[in-house]
Amino acid sequence: MDIQFTEEQELLRSSVQRLLRDQYDFDARRKIVASEGGFSRKQWGAFAELGLLAAPFSEAVGGLGGGVLSTMVIMQEFGRHLVVEPFVETIVLAGGLIEQAGSEEQKQSFLPDIIAGENIWALAWTEKGSRFDLATVTTTARRDGNDYVLTGEKTAVIAAPWADYLIVSARTSDHRHDRDGVSLFVVDRHAANLHLQSFKTIDGRRAAEVSFKNVRGELLGGDGEGVAALEACRDRVIGALCAEAVGAIGELNSATLEYSKTRKQFGATIGSFQVLQHRMVDMFIAHQEALSLMQHLNLSLSAGEAGVSRLASGAKSKIGYAGRSVADQAVQLHGGMGMTDELNIGHYFKRISSINIQFGDPAYHLLRYARLDPAA
Amino acid sequence: MELALSPEDAAFRDEVRAFIAGNYPAEMRVPNPETDLSKEQMLLWHRILHKKGWIAPLWPKEYGGPGWSITRRFVFEQETTRAGTMPPLAFSVTMVGPVIYTFGNEAQKKKFLPRILSGDDWWCQGYSEPGSGSDLATVRTKAVRDGDHYIVNGYKTWTTLAQHADWIFCLVRTDPTAKPQSGISFLLIDMKSPGVTVRPIITIDGSHEVNDVFLENVRVPVENLIGEENKGWSYAKFLLGNERTSMAGIGRSTRYIERLKRIVKAEIPEDDPAHLEFVRDIARVELDVLALEATELRVVAQMARGIDPGPAASLFKIRGTEIFQNITELTHRAIGNYGLAIREHPVSANHFMPGPDYGHTASEKYLNSRKLSIYGGSNEIQRNIIAKAVLGL
Repeated sequence: MDIQFTEEQELLRSSVQRLLRDQYDFDARRKIVASEGGFSRKQWGAFAELGLLAAPFSEAVGGLGGGVLSTMVIMQEFGRHLVVEPFVETIVLAGGLIEQAGSEEQKQSFLPDIIAGENIWALAWTEKGSRFDLATVTTTARRDGNDYVLTGEKTAVIAAPWADYLIVSARTSDHRHDRDGVSLFVVDRHAANLHLQSFKTIDGRRAAEVSFKNVRGELLGGDGEGVAALEACRDRVIGALCAEAVGAIGELNSATLEYSKTRKQFGATIGSFQVLQHRMVDMFIAHQEALSLMQHLNLSLSAGEAGVSRLASGAKSKIGYAGRSVADQAVQLHGGMGMTDELNIGHYFKRISSINIQFGDPAYHLLRYARLDPAA
Repeated sequence: MELALSPEDAAFRDEVRAFIAGNYPAEMRVPNPETDLSKEQMLLWHRILHKKGWIAPLWPKEYGGPGWSITRRFVFEQETTRAGTMPPLAFSVTMVGPVIYTFGNEAQKKKFLPRILSGDDWWCQGYSEPGSGSDLATVRTKAVRDGDHYIVNGYKTWTTLAQHADWIFCLVRTDPTAKPQSGISFLLIDMKSPGVTVRPIITIDGSHEVNDVFLENVRVPVENLIGEENKGWSYAKFLLGNERTSMAGIGRSTRYIERLKRIVKAEIPEDDPAHLEFVRDIARVELDVLALEATELRVVAQMARGIDPGPAASLFKIRGTEIFQNITELTHRAIGNYGLAIREHPVSANHFMPGPDYGHTASEKYLNSRKLSIYGGSNEIQRNIIAKAVLGL
């Protein structure tokens, strides 16, 4: 099951590594997070220039045809550097949905600006009371001529304050939980009657509560096909988030190991204490398993295998629990230093906590994994 | 769970309960009292307790304690934590106060004890150093005798609320040639002395509780030495014993479990499969609390009969902190997508927070409580203590 990376993929990895090493060390990231905007347009431009924003898209729409495996390579490195720019939101979620569900006209109209780094997008699906269920939608979309008008409220929309466009799930028919009554819409983030209340997230990003009052939206994909589109999209984003988590877990482990070899207490390095050695061995095993499962998931996604949705939930759960336990121990083994804002350890902890909430926590996906039919 | 109380002790419990209900300052009821209160606000309850004569339950009557039995001290602790009152500053009342009345001289007792009781002096703890965390005996901050002063040079860290402090009690090295434990002295330093610098440490929840304290050629009068020179380690150990007594945190955990239940009820419908999962997790942690509370009551009953509890404090510290970490994690999980948001400090800036009020502090509490298994002697150290002192390993 080991991945034999292609030459292109290796090249992609080393060029992302070089870029981040040169431009995205922890101090640079701290400055970006503390800046007024909270992310760097310049950095985003550098990602575009390097082709990262084009990498997963098919050549037919102006991409490099790297698919989910290029996303995996990129996200793993982004996880190691705690990149805050909205690659997941703009490229994996919005770009992915447009490529998957959009009309030819929509692809031509939106994807070039996404790939060029001109436009930022965000996906607004969570609502008060929806928790992690894609089909619990109360925001409504009412037909108005060729268009629709949307009314409702979305919650905790990551990257919304940065976005030029939003993709919004809204109900076009039937009742609150009915999955066939939900459709997706493209909405101009600066539209009149679209109101944002922005806030900071635990992992240094920006998000917003978004309210719509008769805001014009353009249907993306088929009427009533929103949940199915979001489900496929969620599988892919889980592949990306798991790659990011694995990158973060790897960094936590190497930093903790390094620290345990230099930090002395009671006349010995703390790494010489057996109780801590065993814990670091468990952290190592957790990383190995997470890496394997993450690659397995992304290979299955790439091959379009049946049953991949169940696997995605399994990976989200297993890697989520692994991340939480590694992050807990990394903070604990760094002692007080692990609690400080100054050191990067706590920031990995917070990113992993945030990944665990996005698109469903480990407990949610454990249950989803258990309930989905393996034969389906 | 309740101690079997005599009618007199039961009456005392009712009195404490009524006093809290009638006197706890409303303005101290803020979303996160541990980070949201100003120094003056924190001292409001302290001053009320002082006026009532209840500020220092641990202290003997001659120094201003209320002269309570072990049972009454426990009842007071139970009632105040159950009611969610902000405990008076431990560094002053629970830590340095007992060191001063146990090991200090008459002049020191007269000078410091009344101001600790009244809240006029705010104390912080100069123990940890960058190289001395769990291994406290290796402190390197030096105090060199110069006439009737010590010249102190060093670097203390993780100093809680030093930004408010008038005084710091420090472990300093007075004999660099002796074995680590035997060259340490216990010195009281005025924070206004030239050469004392406080630098904030911001933690992962964004709050400012702890600090670095730099000591550069600080002149400290010899009269501020507690007890004998080079005997500081035994005073420090005495103090750490006090630090670890009340770490079971039953009252606090019980309150946070009640809040967690309310959040789960409001956020997760019963037909959501996650609901049953939370019901189980909550029951599990409730049983953890129940078992720890029963242990605490058993220990209190033994102590009331004059039996030395041994290192029971280590057990309370380990389980109390693990339980509270678990509760804050469950709470963070329970608020779902709102768990992505965190309040910005200083909170007085009143930035927007999404979601219902009950979730607004969930992220910061979850993050902040990671410290519990690290500070006050890490849980690894506590396990070492039990292994050695109880199991004889």
